[in-house]
Amino acid sequence: RFQHQSEDTQQQIIRETFHLVSKRDENVCNFLEGGLLIGGSDNKLIYRHYATLYFVFCVDSSESELGILDLIQVFVETLDKCFENVCELDLIFHVDKVHNILAEMVMGGMVLETNMNEIVTQIDAQNKLEKSEAGLAGAPARAVSAVKNMNLPEIPRNINIGDISIKVPNLPSFK
Amino acid sequence: MPAVSKGDGMRGLAVFISDIRNCKSKEAEIKRINKELANIRSKFKGDKALDGYSKKKYVCKLLFIFLLGHDIDFGHMEAVNLLSSNRYTEKQIGYLFISVLVNSNSELIRLINNAIKNDLASRNPTFMGLALHCIANVGSREMAEAFAGEIPKILVAGDTMDSVKQSAALCLLRLYRTSPDLVPMGDWTSRVVHLLNDQHLGVVTAATSLITTLAQKNPEEFKTSVSLAVSRLSRIVTSASTDLQDYTYYFVPAPWLSVKLLRLLQCYPPPEDPAVRGRLTECLETILNKAQEPPKSKKVQHSNAKNAVLFEAISLIIHHDSEPNLLVRACNQLGQFLQHRETNLRYLALESMCTLASSEFSHEAVKTHIETVTNALKTERDVSVRQRAVDLLYAMCDRSNAQQIVAEMLSYLETADYSIREEIVLKVAILAEKYAVDYTWYVDTILNLIRIAGDYVSEEVWYRVIQIVINRDDVQGYAAKTVFEALQAPACHENLVKVGGYILGEFGNLIAGDPRSSPLIQFNLLHSKFHLCSVPTRALLLSTYIKFVNLFPEVKTTIQDVLRSDSQLKNADVELQQRAVEYLRLSTVASTDILATVLEEMPPFPERESSILAKLKKKKGPSTVTDLEEAKRERSADINGGPEPAPASASATSTPSPSADLLGLGAAPPAPVGPPPSSGGLLVDVFSDSPSAVAPLAPGSEDNFARFVCKNNGVLFENQLLQIGLKSEFRQNLGRMFIFYGNKTSTQFLSFTPTLICSDDLRANLSLQTKPVDPTVDGGAQVQQVVNIECVSDFTEAPVLNIQFRYGGTFQNVSVKLPITLNKFFQPTEMASQDFFQRWKQLSNPQQEVQNIFKAKHPMDTEITKAKIIGFGSALLEEVDPNPANFVGAGIIHTKTTQIGCLLRLEPNLQAQMYRLTLRTSKETVSQRLCELLSEQF
Repeated sequence: RFQHQSEDTQQQIIRETFHLVSKRDENVCNFLEGGLLIGGSDNKLIYRHYATLYFVFCVDSSESELGILDLIQVFVETLDKCFENVCELDLIFHVDKVHNILAEMVMGGMVLETNMNEIVTQIDAQNKLEKSEAGLAGAPARAVSAVKNMNLPEIPRNINIGDISIKVPNLPSFK
Repeated sequence: MPAVSKGDGMRGLAVFISDIRNCKSKEAEIKRINKELANIRSKFKGDKALDGYSKKKYVCKLLFIFLLGHDIDFGHMEAVNLLSSNRYTEKQIGYLFISVLVNSNSELIRLINNAIKNDLASRNPTFMGLALHCIANVGSREMAEAFAGEIPKILVAGDTMDSVKQSAALCLLRLYRTSPDLVPMGDWTSRVVHLLNDQHLGVVTAATSLITTLAQKNPEEFKTSVSLAVSRLSRIVTSASTDLQDYTYYFVPAPWLSVKLLRLLQCYPPPEDPAVRGRLTECLETILNKAQEPPKSKKVQHSNAKNAVLFEAISLIIHHDSEPNLLVRACNQLGQFLQHRETNLRYLALESMCTLASSEFSHEAVKTHIETVTNALKTERDVSVRQRAVDLLYAMCDRSNAQQIVAEMLSYLETADYSIREEIVLKVAILAEKYAVDYTWYVDTILNLIRIAGDYVSEEVWYRVIQIVINRDDVQGYAAKTVFEALQAPACHENLVKVGGYILGEFGNLIAGDPRSSPLIQFNLLHSKFHLCSVPTRALLLSTYIKFVNLFPEVKTTIQDVLRSDSQLKNADVELQQRAVEYLRLSTVASTDILATVLEEMPPFPERESSILAKLKKKKGPSTVTDLEEAKRERSADINGGPEPAPASASATSTPSPSADLLGLGAAPPAPVGPPPSSGGLLVDVFSDSPSAVAPLAPGSEDNFARFVCKNNGVLFENQLLQIGLKSEFRQNLGRMFIFYGNKTSTQFLSFTPTLICSDDLRANLSLQTKPVDPTVDGGAQVQQVVNIECVSDFTEAPVLNIQFRYGGTFQNVSVKLPITLNKFFQPTEMASQDFFQRWKQLSNPQQEVQNIFKAKHPMDTEITKAKIIGFGSALLEEVDPNPANFVGAGIIHTKTTQIGCLLRLEPNLQAQMYRLTLRTSKETVSQRLCELLSEQF
């Protein structure tokens, strides 16, 4: 059920998903049935819209719809805690971190942890490890400061397909 | 490398990312990426050994490039090297790269597996976590082979850290989903169940997910999880919102875990232990009560979490389908949500109601919301929600509201979204056929369908209308007249031309007497459309023309002229040319007799599954439709089923469908739908090893048996492994029953042997013939067995169907009563009031009359009662009894040796909620048996 998809298909799925989600009005419901690629009527897209970002999860019928909406909220709140006022740039420049955070919540497409404090604790522990490994190397340079150009692309680049349970990209692929 | 950049940010990476972001065009971006790729490639190939940090940086860049949508074909080896680093950050990037980029077939898997093995053995919880994540993310067979034995040990070991346990549980779940055969059941299973009692709610949540999936396939092994889950749920539900601290989400205690536990409980029937059952009912009531309390927070998160639990509780109530009180409360709650201002809640309410509509207890309650739902169809702004509304209308449709629902759907179709039009067309076609009382209505509906949404009317739909018209001679004239009128429209859809062409070709003669639709006018009308049509339609019309030559000799020369024209005889299309040549020749050489034989009216189509239903099923995916379909079909069969009154209507009154798939056997039902309550869950008697013994009747068998007295099709038995569906037809003293055995598991059944057992007495009166079935039934497959039945003389007992097979290591033995009852051999007889009473008096001998007075077991609904009497097989005689509240029926029981006339009278007493049933037949045993059978139905 969970298949590896070629890079092309992955991109196509992302495009299709973005297309489906972005043209929806604000006050419609947050669920929609997947297109062809997402694999039939057993799968649903569940998304939340925050400013310029869409967080999209693709889930099968083994998950509760409202539960997933909550999970997205937890994810965003966690990002916010870890990055202190998260913005798109954080997500772009720290792809690896974001993946780590998502990995603390969702694993192989299955929900691992929903308690925000627990997640943050884990992430903190990782940060500590990281710092200790950096050793005496001095204060880390904040990568973001290297960025001068702040104009955002028209379309938010980061469409997150965290896929719960089955199919689609090989893992919560984060762009 | 400058030391300063060795922090958590990799400076080179940050620079690269901002470069990319500064690119003004796609080309510039690609150029920059190619430059970087070349750089990385040369570094990797370079002589100088790279240090861990550089490797990490470059691998990370590759990852970023990949995520931008570019193919990456190198760097895997470097990533694998990172796995064996002792530094967390390097290891972590290595794992990340592998999880994202290495697919399960990669040859590197062996190296990766090695690294994972080391990390799992490291006893370092962080490393173990990374390794487990990687296994779960890749989830390949190779990994399952390597680790499926190891992970359960980690999961249940006493000294494993909580966070590792969580990961291990989910990792195992992932492997079980991809390669169930590789995950061995064993001692660990009972210890996993006890994780439901774990202190750490995160562990409990992960374990619940795992157990839910395992329990679906191995219900016996995880049976003990039910009581543990109930007590855990009860502790959560009754806890104050602060008790669970971190797991309280916006004032709702552990919503996620509650949902998971409620899902787990949906794998099982209601608990048998009254204490557990009571506790669960209490929980469900508490959840329903909380929904009525004022919200503790205005935030949407609060209501979301609360409602997530509520919806899951409602699903469980629907799944158990055993507590009418809870079901009605659930329905009311959903009714409130139907009008809620939150679109999400309206959507979910519509969705849940669909399943609620299939429960006997709540079908009527759901129907009361019809106005709200049709309104939703008109006013909802969101197509997702409208789609759900269509589904619900379809689910709540029955004979009483079919006309209204079909009309609503048709009017919605005019403005419906393109994406769901075809599905609505199919649904309308199915409902119109299934609930048609009056076939003129059916023909009108389908023609309307073609008019409104011709493009979305698939072949299956118009084939079906033709099958039905051909099989029912009472509607043929009307159909011919209606298509003729519809074809008058200057622009009509090609599908209409096809239906029109076919029907006029068969039945045009029925309206040819009217000068306004004389043969020539009919022909000219059709031929005026000819040139606008596609090749297949033209081919069909050519066949219509040759049929006209037979039906109407007076237009023969006109038609021959048309066939002879160059545009036909020399048509570039081979098929058209061939038809024109052959038809022309046929019309010239053949005598009228031969023409009449060759071009005879089409014979009735064999009764078969509605191809439309198959199509809808295909469209929606097997699991979603079949359950609903099954429930619908069962319900409609209650009303419509039973021996068909006349052969002509055999294909029509209900939509009986021999397709085994329709019974939902093809696919394992999804989690929320379990065995029907009457079959009570785990009914399989697991005998140690005694293949020759016949199991006692499965519990619920009697109830199921009674349900089939007035209908012929449905699910006879279902447990976690096996589903038995029936479809049968009877005519006079003969019958044929199709038994469908569906393997619901993914494992083969071996030595599968169904046996029919009749007592000697029964065997003398009822002859059954069948062939053995294939002894192997593959997982998910189903086999069909046909039983030919002959009623020799009247009989009382019913045959028993015993099924024995091996599943896994265990021997399974199931017995059910097969619903072949005397009333199946009824032939209905219509008679006038006077005749009825005359015969009634003739049968006044006390031995010929049997009477029974009994209490109503079901609501006393006139329409249902009528349907049941018809389903029972006798004719329902209107305006015979002077008291209009009474029901009278008449029919003949056909046996090989004799025919027995039967009269019946049913007198309801609404005040007392009682019935008096009287049967008079020429044979005492027949009166006795019919009275027994029918009394059970009300």
